[in-house]
Amino acid sequence: MTASGKRTGKHPEPVQVVKQRRDAALNALVDGVPYIRFLGITFDRRGDELTAVMPFDDKLIGNPLLPALHGGATAAFLEVSAIIGLSWSMLWHEIEAGALDPADLAAGRLPRLPKTIDFTVDYLRSGLPRDAYARAQVARSGRRYASVRVEAWQDNRARPFAQASGHFLMPRRDG
Amino acid sequence: MSVDKTRIAEQFITAIPHSQALGMELTEIGEGSAEIVMDYDSRFIGDPETGVIHGGAVSALMDTCCGAAAMSHPDNPGLTATIDLRIDYMRPATPGQRIRARAECYHFTRSVIFVRARAMDDDDARPVATATGTFTVEAKA
Repeated sequence: MTASGKRTGKHPEPVQVVKQRRDAALNALVDGVPYIRFLGITFDRRGDELTAVMPFDDKLIGNPLLPALHGGATAAFLEVSAIIGLSWSMLWHEIEAGALDPADLAAGRLPRLPKTIDFTVDYLRSGLPRDAYARAQVARSGRRYASVRVEAWQDNRARPFAQASGHFLMPRRDG
Repeated sequence: MSVDKTRIAEQFITAIPHSQALGMELTEIGEGSAEIVMDYDSRFIGDPETGVIHGGAVSALMDTCCGAAAMSHPDNPGLTATIDLRIDYMRPATPGQRIRARAECYHFTRSVIFVRARAMDDDDARPVATATGTFTVEAKA
């Protein structure tokens, strides 16, 4: 741990300290956004890998006859997964280096986040009235623009029900 | 569009739980066109610092509006499902203002309906977002 300038000792940080810092940063990113709360989306973290989870709820239904998830709920779920995934990868090194103070983040003092330029959703099959999961992959993250792919599935990981790709405007990080 | 089909389309929109949850209101339905409005709501905020609505809520509005336009097309026998939808975000919607989406079918084949839409806040001249999508043509349920 040289990047932090604080942790220069020989012993690695205790695992719970590392986890606490990562989880605090993730919670700060997610909890502050009312629309993410409205949809009930949470994030599972394993190391730096995030899985977005949208538990089924009646208010997510688009076709009550089938019933099926609303295409708009699916699109929003994919977009939330993409933005949080991209923000997380953008901030990861700063979180690891201890450059971002979790207390600051928790108090709502977040760095500026990427903005969506465009977002394209492919609906592969109808979303079932079950929990949905999604993972985003940052295909390219440049100084100004980023390109992100995201895939969502339900019961069966190998059978995604929707996928999307989008472009994002990266915030200026110089000040 | 027949009175009957207009009524069915209106009922269908109001029967969609997710559209209800987002407070959407169908204000106009034609022959392959639709207008839906969504009031500003602090629960839909995507950026707490500015109070700007989340893009996902705009996407849901666009998807519903495009779907309603596809359903209302005179050659469409019944229901429809989204094949794909692309949204371009031109600018943040002004906090506090309702968002109004207008969609129209611009091409129709036996199997596919091509739809485009614009979303506006109080400033009609500068769209908040535009969308293009393709929808399935499905037999009556």
